[in-house]
Amino acid sequence: MSKPIVATTSLAGCFGCHMSILDIDERILDLIELVEFNKSPIDDIKEFTKMCDIGLIEGGCCNSENIHVLKDFRKNCKILVSLGECAIMGGLPALRNGIPIKECLEEAYLNGPSVRENKKRIIPNDDELPMLLDKVYPCHEIVKIDYYLPGCPPSAELIWNALVALVTGDEMKLPYEVVKFD
Amino acid sequence: MATNVQNIIEKYNKDKTRLMDILIDVQSEYGYIPKEAIGQIANNLDISHVDVEQTLSFYHFFSEKPTGKYAIYLNDSVVANMMGRQKVKETFEKEAGIKFGEVSPDGQIGLFDTACIGMNDQEPAALINGRVFTNLTPFRVKEIIRDIKGGTVVEDMFTAAYGDGENRNELIKSTVQNNIRKKGPILDDDYTPGIVIWKKLPEMTPEQVIDEVKKSHIRGRGGAGFPTGLKWEFCRKTKGDKKYIFCNADEGEPGTFKDRVILTERPKLLFEGMVIAGYAVGATEGIVYVRHEYTYLKNYLENLLQGARDRNLLGKDIGGIKGFDFDIRIQFGAGAYVCGEESALIESAEGKRGEPRDRPPFPVEKGYLDKPTVVNNVETLCSVVKILLNGPEWYLKFGTKDSAGSKLLSISGDCKYPGVYEVEWGFAVTDILEMVGTDIEDVQAVQVGGPSGSLIGKDEFARTLCFSDLATGGSLIIIGKQRDILNDIVLNFTDFFIDESCGSCSTCRNITHLMKVKLEKILDARGVENDINDLVEWGKILKVSRCGLGQTAGNPILTSIKNFRYLYEEKIQKDKEYDSGFDLAESVKDSCEAVGRIPNLN
Repeated sequence: MSKPIVATTSLAGCFGCHMSILDIDERILDLIELVEFNKSPIDDIKEFTKMCDIGLIEGGCCNSENIHVLKDFRKNCKILVSLGECAIMGGLPALRNGIPIKECLEEAYLNGPSVRENKKRIIPNDDELPMLLDKVYPCHEIVKIDYYLPGCPPSAELIWNALVALVTGDEMKLPYEVVKFD
Repeated sequence: MATNVQNIIEKYNKDKTRLMDILIDVQSEYGYIPKEAIGQIANNLDISHVDVEQTLSFYHFFSEKPTGKYAIYLNDSVVANMMGRQKVKETFEKEAGIKFGEVSPDGQIGLFDTACIGMNDQEPAALINGRVFTNLTPFRVKEIIRDIKGGTVVEDMFTAAYGDGENRNELIKSTVQNNIRKKGPILDDDYTPGIVIWKKLPEMTPEQVIDEVKKSHIRGRGGAGFPTGLKWEFCRKTKGDKKYIFCNADEGEPGTFKDRVILTERPKLLFEGMVIAGYAVGATEGIVYVRHEYTYLKNYLENLLQGARDRNLLGKDIGGIKGFDFDIRIQFGAGAYVCGEESALIESAEGKRGEPRDRPPFPVEKGYLDKPTVVNNVETLCSVVKILLNGPEWYLKFGTKDSAGSKLLSISGDCKYPGVYEVEWGFAVTDILEMVGTDIEDVQAVQVGGPSGSLIGKDEFARTLCFSDLATGGSLIIIGKQRDILNDIVLNFTDFFIDESCGSCSTCRNITHLMKVKLEKILDARGVENDINDLVEWGKILKVSRCGLGQTAGNPILTSIKNFRYLYEEKIQKDKEYDSGFDLAESVKDSCEAVGRIPNLN
């Protein structure tokens, strides 16, 4: 039987969830025995080359590129997992959600205390840049998400257990201590 | 003003742990807490402004803006709405000429919504400057506003006869009704205050008291059901130079009002229970934490405490027992459901935000002011008196095998006889429906244990109330077949949890809100099957919250999906698997406009 194929991505996240994946330490060797990686920052494969079984999504959606990538994941993965706080609820980036996007941009490029050289008062608007969304969206508001792994980041243990459960088809154990708030 | 505020601060000896009391007094004096007062309090208590502000901002009944000379808080609970709140609300707005959430331009009237005020058996009800007005009708509201405009003081605004029993007491004088429909061992009239302190305690060691309580198998009546004797034993065994007994009279669970009736009719029984607990664990101070909504009982309760001191039932060498000193004070809350959680209650009594603590350590090890503390429910403490008086064997005769004793139920909603019923554990829901004068055919559902409990349907009416089946803190709301469960009940309860979350855990702060958005999507006919599944899954995440509020905040939605899934399914789009309503064009519109570019949507 061929190995299950895993893809991962970080949208509007901090890569902390990916760091947490790496925190499974030497078990990463077991993991590559169990699964094959496709599109992912871990192996630096940039585009999907085949249909994947599991997609792990870190981060929510803050711009049009995130939307594009997430929809691409939905198309190319049988199972999508929201990994961590930002994917599930928008997380820290969603702190901007209470502020109109115009004010955010002006603060960042025109009026903020850290703005030094912007004499022409330009807000970047090149067509190559992704378009910012009016707010940061959790992934499940863009595409169907199959599973949610809570945490900021989810602990390595939790990610490991989830992947093993998905690969083996066993029910995952989520003891209170693992996911407890603090 | 400075002098007045200073007097209040001095009254509490500039003690920062009494910040709640100071703020309550300032709020009651001015109708709000002025900015200058915050500075003055902070300076005198030697704490920062932010310390004062964070406590102040946490509680519903504290305000930094004037709330009007007559601050009207109209209950917005499910049962108030069932009993005709909407018309009452409209009349208030029309007569006062303002909307809810506003204060009239002349500063006379403020209209505010508030969560259940413990009057579910006499709704719609409102608090006006801390006084309770029950059974409101549009006509009565017109009278009230007329009186307010005429300058009548709130105390003179009652036209109806005072309520029954002690509600007529000179120190209460309220129109609140007890509505006691059934009495058992706790509400029994045959009780001589102080009898256990005089006759039993002097002949018993603290260990013997704990032993009797353990033998009775009594479990906490607040809902969690922890064995009382065990709790006392833990606290007794913990070393500490000072120990405390807390009575949790915060009863904030919508639909619960039995503690209000005990505080009105059997307060001496409660105080005696606290003295017994104090003797058993070696505590010297007791604090009754009473919810803000019951401030109208303040003078009455404090007068009784003074009476007990005069009779040596409180104070030094109580009951003639050399060296047994114990006194009780009343601590009022200021409107926060989460303070019913024992560690939040302790935080609040220390003058802080009512945020639950991380546990362990449990209060029996590190509680009030970090000293060993027992927190018991009103009903538990009352039961203990009767257990010591009549013996554990007597107590075990009531109830079922795993649930000894009786339970006070607060029953309200669509029934003929709402009120307080003291029943033995083991009653079936059907028995109760019959008792309250409701035809089972007219009942669609029963909310057992308030919003944090479960909504059950006909299939489960045969279940019995006891710890191993339907455990409950005692609230039952009967929901008639004419009600729209999702709109009238589930949505209201979900809003309640969103309002009452302390905000500490992101799960409870956010998921409750996200669940509401999803529920509204379904109610709006935009939902799909997966939305229902999502709600169930997200509800599970709430279980990681620190306290019971967060852990149960999904229950209105979760238990209604479990028992009334068809109500959700009727409303969803059948032909779609996924529909989030997300629109890329719409969501990039603002940012593209702000930077001056044409959206590229390909």
